[in-house]
Amino acid sequence: MKTNRFWSWLFLLLGVAYFVFPLIGTFEFSLKMRRGAYSFDAYRTVLTDPQFQATFGYSVTMALATIVMGVVLVVPTAYWVRLKLPSWRPVIEFITLLPLVIPAIVVVFGYIRLYNTSSWLPLTGSAMGTNILLMFGYTTLALPYMYRAVDTGLRAIDVGTLTEAAQSLGAGWITIMTRVILPNVLVAVLSGAFLTFAIVIGEFTMAALLNRPAFGPYLQLIGANRAYEPAALAVIAFGITWLCMGLIQLVSRFSKLPNAGR
Amino acid sequence: MAFLEIANLQKDFGAVRVVKDFNLAVEPGEFVSFLGPSGCGKTTVLRMVAGFEEPTDGTISIGGRDVTRLRPNQRNIGMVFQAYALFPNMTVAQNIAFGLRVARTPKADSDARVAEMLALIKLPDYGDRYPYQLSGGQQQRVALARALAPRPKLLLLDEPLSALDAKVRVSLREEIRQIQRNLGITTIFVTHDQEEALSMSDRIVVMYGGRAEQVGAPFDIYNKPSTRFVASFVGTLNILRGTVTDPARGVVDVDGNAIQTGGELSRFAKGAPISLALRPEAAALDNGPAPMARGKIMDVSFLGSVIRIRVNLGQNTISFDRFNSPGSPPPAPGEPCGIAFAAKDILVLDD
Repeated sequence: MKTNRFWSWLFLLLGVAYFVFPLIGTFEFSLKMRRGAYSFDAYRTVLTDPQFQATFGYSVTMALATIVMGVVLVVPTAYWVRLKLPSWRPVIEFITLLPLVIPAIVVVFGYIRLYNTSSWLPLTGSAMGTNILLMFGYTTLALPYMYRAVDTGLRAIDVGTLTEAAQSLGAGWITIMTRVILPNVLVAVLSGAFLTFAIVIGEFTMAALLNRPAFGPYLQLIGANRAYEPAALAVIAFGITWLCMGLIQLVSRFSKLPNAGR
Repeated sequence: MAFLEIANLQKDFGAVRVVKDFNLAVEPGEFVSFLGPSGCGKTTVLRMVAGFEEPTDGTISIGGRDVTRLRPNQRNIGMVFQAYALFPNMTVAQNIAFGLRVARTPKADSDARVAEMLALIKLPDYGDRYPYQLSGGQQQRVALARALAPRPKLLLLDEPLSALDAKVRVSLREEIRQIQRNLGITTIFVTHDQEEALSMSDRIVVMYGGRAEQVGAPFDIYNKPSTRFVASFVGTLNILRGTVTDPARGVVDVDGNAIQTGGELSRFAKGAPISLALRPEAAALDNGPAPMARGKIMDVSFLGSVIRIRVNLGQNTISFDRFNSPGSPPPAPGEPCGIAFAAKDILVLDD
């Protein structure tokens, strides 16, 4: 028994070390901008850089737009498939998994070929058009996570009977979606939303190839040209991801309360 | 003109016809039960009235208005489901107010109506609770209040008591019936439990194989079943197989006993096989010199206030109940015995 414990602890420590040492190294390096003393100079430089603010703001806006788009696309689809087309579920699931199999670079090249300025829908012809295209691209990348989260949320409620109950009380489809279905899968939607946020903030390929001023390409630019700032940015990026994961945990803990009686 | 009229209703699921030429007229304020085994089409008929299924053929009209092609949310119907189907994200009060909010009722009116409904279901202090904090019986009462709050013209109950335990089921069925009587709301109740149907309904529709086998008051359904299915499904029934020995006088031979039926049997030939039915409450032990039939006690079950006795006549068995009386112990299995019943209590089954 004792030896078992020992080995478990050893491997746990090894695992933790594997993840933590590079982080500590990065963090330590990011504090070394001023010679001979630890300081947050690198962070100050990064955070006051107008380009950082612009690109980060851009990516946050894109992330929020992607989340809205994802919710509008996925919640009604997953609901409808559960309610009326259960035999289609494997097909839909397969389609939502495709973005994991097809690399982003393939997707974005396809987009550029389909929507270039000489095509029937020249989205890349204007900045706004390219933004919209990029948002669709992000929605595709986030699809597997969003769909899975929402579908799991829908599994926990009796979609068919709740819909019929609402219908018999006079509710139309929009009322059913907004007042009955969405509130009951909100926790699932939020966890999908945080994942989407984390993906969009760090995404490089699509933004770079569509030449949009997003946070991912900015990270790459700084990384190629500066010494200490990239380390600071990496720590900031980790912080954002962890915050998102923490929020998912928090949200799913809240959700346990009303589920306790089931 | 009846309040709810269902005419020539048909429903096919693929190649299977699950409802066949169903006709029914329900008067205002009437409580009608659809009774039948699972798969008999009773729930499908109810769901067509609610609008959740589209009829293949036929019409449904409520209050003189044809609703056959109306969507469920335009029919002004209240429905209660077996699985309660309360909205888990809303409190009891919000659940009850849902239909009123959809209809854009002013808040003051809606609050008053919710309070009235909570009082009606005897849960006045439960408005702020969530469904998961209630027992099954309480949830179903809230579901009833929610269905009644928007003042529907018709109330549909789809096996509302089936998910509840026995004690709650009995008390809730009395409560539902009382509320229904007080409000005078026309109600259709679907159940597979004959006791529920017999005790609650003004009229019962016994369904089998997608057809209405018999429509009538509980008393008539029980005492004058018109088909063999109704006779066997409603109540426990002893079916006796025999042969006709004297068609003119209505005498039938069952395992060597000459049994006198209530009338002549001239539509049967002498020696033709025949099925007779006998309600358990119509038979009694008879140790006199000339019982109607003789047999042997097969087994005796002591159920407390009632003793259930099964008697073997040969090919046939008759089971009947006797009240317990401390002065006379029940007979022992294996004893020979006589059974008495009146000729008028014997039903001749045609089909």
